[in-house]
Order: sequence, then structure tokens, then C-alpha cells
Amino acid sequence: MALVKQKMLALNGDEAVAYAAKQSDVDVVAAYPITPQTIIVERFSEYVANGEVDTEFVCVESEHSALTACLTAAATGARAFTATASAGLALMHEILYVTSGCRAPVVMAVVNRALSAPINIHCDHSDSMVERDCGWIQIYVENSQEVYDSIIQAFKIAENPGLLLPVMVGLDGFTLSHTLENVQTLPDDLVKTFVGTRQFPLVTTHEGKTVPFKLDPKTPETIGPLDLHDYYFEHKRQQEEAMRIAPKIIQQVHEEYAKISGRRYGDGLIEPHYLEDAETAIVCVGSTSGTVKTVVNELRSKRMKVGLLRLRTFRPLPVKEITKALENVKAVAVMDRSLSFGGHGGAVFHEIRHILYDASTHPYVVNYIYGLGGRDTNPNLMHKIYRDLQRILETQRIEEPVQFIGLRE
Amino acid sequence: MTTQEKGWKEIPMAGVCWKPSTQYLTGDWKTYKPIRDLEKCTRCVLCVLFCPDGAIHWKPEKEDIEFDYNFCKGCGICANECPVDAIEMKLEEET
Amino acid sequence: MFSEWKFTAKDIAEKPDLFMSGHRACAGCAPATVLRLIMKALRGPTIVTFATGCMEVVSTIYPYTSWKIPYIHTAFENVAANASGIEAALKILKKKGRIPQEHVDVIAFAGDGGTYDIGIQALSGAVERGHDFLYVLYDNEAYMNTGIQRSGGTPHGASTTTSPAGTVIPGKLEYKKPIADIMVAHDIPYAATASPHYWKDLITKARKGIEVNGPAFLHVFAPCPRGWRSDISKSIEISHLAVETCIFPLWEAINGEHQLSAPSKVMALRPERKKPVREYLQLQGRFRHLFTPKFEKVIDEIQRITDERWQRLLKKCNIA
Repeated sequence: MALVKQKMLALNGDEAVAYAAKQSDVDVVAAYPITPQTIIVERFSEYVANGEVDTEFVCVESEHSALTACLTAAATGARAFTATASAGLALMHEILYVTSGCRAPVVMAVVNRALSAPINIHCDHSDSMVERDCGWIQIYVENSQEVYDSIIQAFKIAENPGLLLPVMVGLDGFTLSHTLENVQTLPDDLVKTFVGTRQFPLVTTHEGKTVPFKLDPKTPETIGPLDLHDYYFEHKRQQEEAMRIAPKIIQQVHEEYAKISGRRYGDGLIEPHYLEDAETAIVCVGSTSGTVKTVVNELRSKRMKVGLLRLRTFRPLPVKEITKALENVKAVAVMDRSLSFGGHGGAVFHEIRHILYDASTHPYVVNYIYGLGGRDTNPNLMHKIYRDLQRILETQRIEEPVQFIGLRE
Repeated sequence: MTTQEKGWKEIPMAGVCWKPSTQYLTGDWKTYKPIRDLEKCTRCVLCVLFCPDGAIHWKPEKEDIEFDYNFCKGCGICANECPVDAIEMKLEEET
Repeated sequence: MFSEWKFTAKDIAEKPDLFMSGHRACAGCAPATVLRLIMKALRGPTIVTFATGCMEVVSTIYPYTSWKIPYIHTAFENVAANASGIEAALKILKKKGRIPQEHVDVIAFAGDGGTYDIGIQALSGAVERGHDFLYVLYDNEAYMNTGIQRSGGTPHGASTTTSPAGTVIPGKLEYKKPIADIMVAHDIPYAATASPHYWKDLITKARKGIEVNGPAFLHVFAPCPRGWRSDISKSIEISHLAVETCIFPLWEAINGEHQLSAPSKVMALRPERKKPVREYLQLQGRFRHLFTPKFEKVIDEIQRITDERWQRLLKKCNIA
């Protein structure tokens, strides 16, 4: 298929999210404002007020109700979308689990922002990293172009009848959400065709009929029952199974989208940058990866064998892909923009290290906690990290596995 | 009352229930059983309306009331509410 | 505004139960009767949604379900948000031609737990947004499903597990939150109270709530023999006494205009028929401690607050 002519728009990350949702023929948006997501809901409200979208926009009274309404709207057969950040995501916590447990294919943009207290409106990943267990697919983007592309893909991933898992797309608060970028956008009808209309898998109900999975008076179903100890475990195993087939579907959708847009982000799960012969590498999530790429390019021009692994899909964790990508690397620094207090490092560090435990080669793996509460992360810090990694290789020793970078001591 | 335990691959996704509760007979809960005096009964059907378990049915084709002891829990609301005292709660083993 | 649906007891009795037998409610559970009766009031395709609580639990123990119509439960505090999402989806899917054009009613059910306290935010938000749905509160006056803990709906003097009648304190000291009044204050088109003894009144009001375009609130009195320590055969009788004592008067507020329902109107026009609260309290073990010399003054207080609220209601209904 030949690539269509795309329209370049100057959009910030939030606007790109709203625009992508608009084009994706969303049926219901239930959302509550929170900095730095507010532009998404405001922009979408404008679309509604101008009749540019055919969407029921529900101005709910809290994030908890926002996700609830999206969940039941999706259960009723609608395409539902919401967005939040920080405390809003925390308030949704209970319902995140319920949404994935009810297999509602809700798509949510999370504009990554620090959790209180003290209250901070700026970027870090503590809000969504802490939700990595809730059964949602998690994709983190590097720039606004990617968030536009990923939101569109998210609907197709979530609604895949063999998958039916909710998807959250994380974009860095303020760094991406409020910064203007040139975003290539696809034509409306192409996006609409790409996401298609919702397809429903079949379930067997208490009437003994096998019918589409949704709330429909013609084919009554009971969703959200009480499980006793005899069935809960099996239901959770089903969710895990969905997570196990998710990587393939994410890659499939990513590939299909690449065909119409010309844009790829690694293989959809991870994006390696100069890893084939890298001796040292940084693993990074989110917009900081862009900065790391610049540092890598600079060091590469000086013949240093450095690389970057950007983790795009965090859930499901691409175990095989990460293991393969890092197989020749001798020292890995994982950058975490969140911290598990008392947990010996951050979430990404934990996961990379535990994946590599089973690998045939055991690189040194260290952790750098950075950027909490929007702390500026400039290229000097990454240069330092690569120097540290070099020293580790030379001394064959890790002095301190978990360090803070950009922190005033 | 146990169900045959199915594995995670066999049960429908998302916890959709696959059995109507009419397959779960709660009638064995009762100690007392409502017995209706067919002559006193005026077929006002208040008992049919008030039964929490829907265990009393009005059969228009028979123009009569039928108790479904498979689901009756023996609460005695029907006996208490009957305006003509046509229902008596008797110990189940004595009936 | 309303269809003036006429029906007899046999008409109702003939209708098949959409809330099926085989649920695991306690013997003598009035909320179960309330649900059965309200299910008889449906006028067409309907989707129900429940908050976590007794009725949700007893009717959907996997893999069994007592619901013949589409049903969803998500969490405890958000049934009104559930209803909002369903209603929004139905609206837009119909507009886009993805589902048939027929009207589908949405009913949200919650106990006093999921309404007075943890659920009030979602409820207030949903009615403020004007969603077209009926909200039914089945009020058994405590968090029964978790073990009879007090709620905002627990009346003064009642013993619950978190407001127990001890040697020093006679049960709950606070008063029953006037939840229906709070709903009327939201300027919704229809709010009403009902009691299962008055089955015809209850079904009529449920139907009205369904028919109304916009949010409707139905507060249904629903005795719990387990939590109230009352005779399992007397649940409906107690729901009768509640009205006869004016502890739970029956009324409707149509576009904010209050009117007493017939059973309570009788009490207003014939005050000699009004029964003393004592007759209601003595049937329930949760008030047993009030029948001791130490706490008998609480009965007077209950009588006082009952009479005061009753007079306030009469004023709203323009009855002297």
C-alpha cells in the first residue's frame, strides 16, 4: 500500500492525544481534569462543542467515576477513552483492576506526573509504574508523534477480540504534554478504517447461548460476579493468558500501522539504538530516551561502543526481546523515573535485572534514579552514566548498584 | 451443592456467569414448610408477591397458587402476611 | 407525565420473575422481595447495574446468576457512575446506528452502604449531569453484607456492630441521613419513598421512575431480619409498621413538588391511626437495649425525631 499524504500539525502531546482520539471514532469519553492532562479534556470538549466528533462526553465528578463510566460504556459496546495523571490515576487504582478483570478494552492516556506528597505537578513515572500489576497493557512514548500513533494503535490492540485488555499510553507530563512538536497526522478516514468498528468475542451465558460479549437486552449476560475461592484463580489465569498473547498483537498492530504511516518504533515492544555491538547500554523509558539517543550518537561519533534500549511496551514485559537485545552488552544502566521506596531501586531496574538473571550472559546491571518531580535531566547526566558504566567494565566492580542522578546531595 | 470444577481454559472470559440460579435449589435451607389450606385460600396472591425467593407461583391456567418447595427457604412471610391465615408453617419433617 | 399504568395483583403475579429464584439471600430478606417487585415494573428492554452489597453478592455467586436481564457490577462506591457509562454508551451507539433504536432503560441498585456514604459522590455527580436512569436504594439501614456495621442510614438508637449498644452508649447516636431530601435538593424530576408492604405503591413508583426522562431516585425501606434481629417472617410486617408509625413516610416529589402517598396520607388525615414508635421498635432486637430503664429515654427521642421529621414533611406537602 502506498503511503498517503499526511498533514503536519503543530501539536503538543496532549493535543496530539485528543486529535488521535477524535480521529479514532471514540464513542464515550468520561474524564476529569488534572494537570498536565487538562489540555486533552479541554481540546476534546471543544471538538464536541463544535460538532467535530460524534462522542458522548461525560464530565464526571472524579477520576474514579471516569474510569468506571468508561468501563461500563465499553461493556455496553462503546469505544471508550479517558485520560489522567498522577493522583487521578491513583484514585482510579481500584477500578484499573476491575477494568482489566471485566476485560473492558478502555484506552487511557496517562500524562505521567509525580505522586504527592508533597504535591508536584511535573513529570515522573511514579504514577503509572506503580500500576504495572493491574492487568493493563502499558506503552510509554518518546515524543508527541509517537503518542499520536500509539493512541490510534491502542484502540486496535485493546479491542482485538482475542485480547480484550485495556491499554494505557504514558506520555511525559509537561515535557511532552505541553511542548509543541511537528506531528504528522493521517487523514481522518484512514484512521477510522484502521481502527474499524468494535468486534465482540463470543461468550456462553447462563441461558446456554453463545453470544457477543456485551450488555445487550437481547442476549442478557451477567458481568462482574462474585468469585469464591473456587474460581477467582482461574479467572486471573485467563487474564495472564491474554497478557501472554498481547506482544504478538501489539507487534501486529504496530506493523499494520507502519504500513500506512511509514513510522515504526523498534518492533513495537522495544526500540534498540546501536545495541548490536554495544558494550555498555542504558535502558530507558519515555521522553528521556530521546536525550539518551543524542548522547549515544555523540559518543558513537567518538567510536565508543554505547547503545540504548528504549522500552516502549512495559506491560506485557517483552522478556525475549529484551534478553536478545542486551545479549552482547556487558554493562547496563537502567534509568528509572520512579522509585520503589525501600525496594532497592526502581521498577524498570527490577524487571531488567530479573530478566537478565535467566540470560546466558550476565552483564553488570545498575540503576540510576532520575528526574523525580520533573527534575531536569540534561545530557551531562547521561554522559556520566556511560562513564560510570565504562569504569565498571574496567574495574569489574559495581560500587553502588542504585544511585541517584541529578539530585543535590 | 457443588459444581463440576472447570479449568481456566474452559470457563467463559471475564467472569460471565454461565448458570442460572434456578439450578441452585435453596429449598433444602428450610426448617419450616408453608402448608396452604386450599379452602381458606382466597387466591389473593399476596403470598406470591411477597415471597423473597419467588417460590410461590400463580398459575393462571389452573387459577391456583403453587408452592415451589425447591426454592422455599421457610421464612414464613407468606404465612404472616396471608390475610385469611390460610398458610401454616409446619416443621418439614412432620409434613 | 406518567403512563398511569393500571394493574392487579394477579397481573403482577403472572409476570415471570426477572430476578430468579435460587439466589442466596437470607430467609425472610425484604430487599429480595423489593428487587422481585421492582423487576415486575419494567416496561421494556432494561439493563441493571449493582453496587457491591447483599443483593449483588447473593444474586451473582459465580457461576450462577439470578439475573434474566443484562447486569453489571464493578465496585462499591460507583453504581451511579456505572449507570452513567451505560446510559452514555446507549445514547451514542443508538445515534451512530450501531444498536437498534429501541429505548433501553437503565436501573442502578445499591444498598444504604453504597448510597448514603461511599456512594454519594458518584450519585450526586450522576444526577447533576442529568443521566436518564432510575436509582433504587434498598435501605436495610446498615452495611449488612460486611456484618451489620452502621451506615449513614442507620437510625438513632440502633445497635450495629460499629455502633453497638454497650453499657454506656445506647447504639448509634447520630440520626438517619435524609437521603431522599438530599436527592430532591438536586432538583431531579422524580424522587420517592416506598415500602414493600405497599407493593402496589412500590411498583407504581418504580415504573414512574423508569418512565421519567432524567434521573429518578427511589428510596425503598427494606428490613433485614438478620441485622435487625427480627423474626424472619415479619420483614414485610415491619415495613408496614414503619409507615404506620411515620418512621418511614411514603411520598413523592415530582419536579420538587411533594405529595404524600395514600398510606401516609391516611396517617396525616387520621392522626389517631398513627402508631407509637414503640410498636415498631419492640419487634427488632437491634433496639432491644432501649427497653431497659437505663436507655428508655432514647425511645422518647426516637418518637420526637420521628414526629419532627413527619411535621416537616407535612409542611412540604402543604398539609397542616
